[in-house]
Amino acid sequence: MYGLTDNLIIQAGGFQFGDAIAQLVFFLILLVLLRKFAWGPLMNMMKEREDYISNEIESAEKSREEAARLQREASEELKQTRQDAQKIIEDARKTATQQEKDIVASARREADRMKESARQEIEQEKEKAVQQLKDQVASMSVMIASKVIEKELSEQDQKELIDQYVNEAGEER
Amino acid sequence: MDHEAPIWNEAFGIPWLSFNLSNVLMMFVASLVVFIVCVAATRNLQRRPKGMQNVIEWTVDFIKNIIGSNMDWRTGKMFLPLGLTLFLYIFVSNMLGVVVNGTVGHTLWWKSPTADPLVTMTLAVMVVVLTHYYGVKLRGSREYAKDYVRPLPFLLPFNIIEEFSNTLTLGLRLYGNIYAGEILISLLIGLATSSFLGFLGATLPMVAWLGFSTFIGFIQAFIFVMLTMVYMSHKVSEDH
Repeated sequence: MYGLTDNLIIQAGGFQFGDAIAQLVFFLILLVLLRKFAWGPLMNMMKEREDYISNEIESAEKSREEAARLQREASEELKQTRQDAQKIIEDARKTATQQEKDIVASARREADRMKESARQEIEQEKEKAVQQLKDQVASMSVMIASKVIEKELSEQDQKELIDQYVNEAGEER
Repeated sequence: MDHEAPIWNEAFGIPWLSFNLSNVLMMFVASLVVFIVCVAATRNLQRRPKGMQNVIEWTVDFIKNIIGSNMDWRTGKMFLPLGLTLFLYIFVSNMLGVVVNGTVGHTLWWKSPTADPLVTMTLAVMVVVLTHYYGVKLRGSREYAKDYVRPLPFLLPFNIIEEFSNTLTLGLRLYGNIYAGEILISLLIGLATSSFLGFLGATLPMVAWLGFSTFIGFIQAFIFVMLTMVYMSHKVSEDH
């Protein structure tokens, strides 16, 4: 069995002061180079993205508000329109009712008027007829009286004659 | 089978300067990987992210949350690039050693750079120095100095000790975890290459340990950034 440490491929090389200087130089150069070539652009990009996202959020917020406003307006308008339509229908209904009443009233007036005039006509006709009748009765009375006067008639004959004339008069009507 | 580190002594003719070239190589590789991945992921950025952009943005949010849980985002956002780079660099470094350990001849070239205490301590010291720097810059030196005698004056020595212990624990925690992970991996590799039975015996623990190392690599990178931000918030926040 050989000593394990003999086999080590890693062993401290002692302190070489140059290593410290080299390490410092390498690290500082790396720091400067990376800051210039890697971190600078990367930070800028991350910053830009941050700004972009916050802008996007802002504009999204804005357009959401805009949309909400528009919707509110639209619904307001819709409500208004609905009210208007309701009013128009109501008006039309009122007008129609009024017209109906008017029509009925005027029809009734017309009918009354016609009825009245018909009655008047009837009245007139009746009066005329009565007048005619009276005239005829008068003329017949005159005729009868003249006949009676012309010939002396028996009571029997007189009666017959009157009946005859009366009958004649009735038939003439 | 003794592996050595590729040490470059007296670099550039300066007597006290020496490099562990494998560390330097791995730092370079880790930096390159992080850089290429990040740049590739942030090319062609879209407002609606997909693919790699999602991954990198998730990482950004992850670090943002870490910072946000420690301090006010107004002051915290300036530390975002630091946190991101730290996190990705440490994570990739940790992963490099998990994915593969490579040697050329007897020289160890490929490992986690974070498996070296000096490297992690460098990062830790850098972070702590930055916290002091931002503490003075954001709140003024008076407030900064006053923090050392808060909440009570006699706590001054403890507050000073705390600064050093913070640095030490920050660096050594990372080093310890990653180094231990690599040791176990190399032990398992040694067992697997020793004999056929050893290979059979090592396979299952190897799979388990690689999974666990990945987890640890992620957790340690997270903890490092988290503690960085905790220390930072101690220095830059008005109240704590």
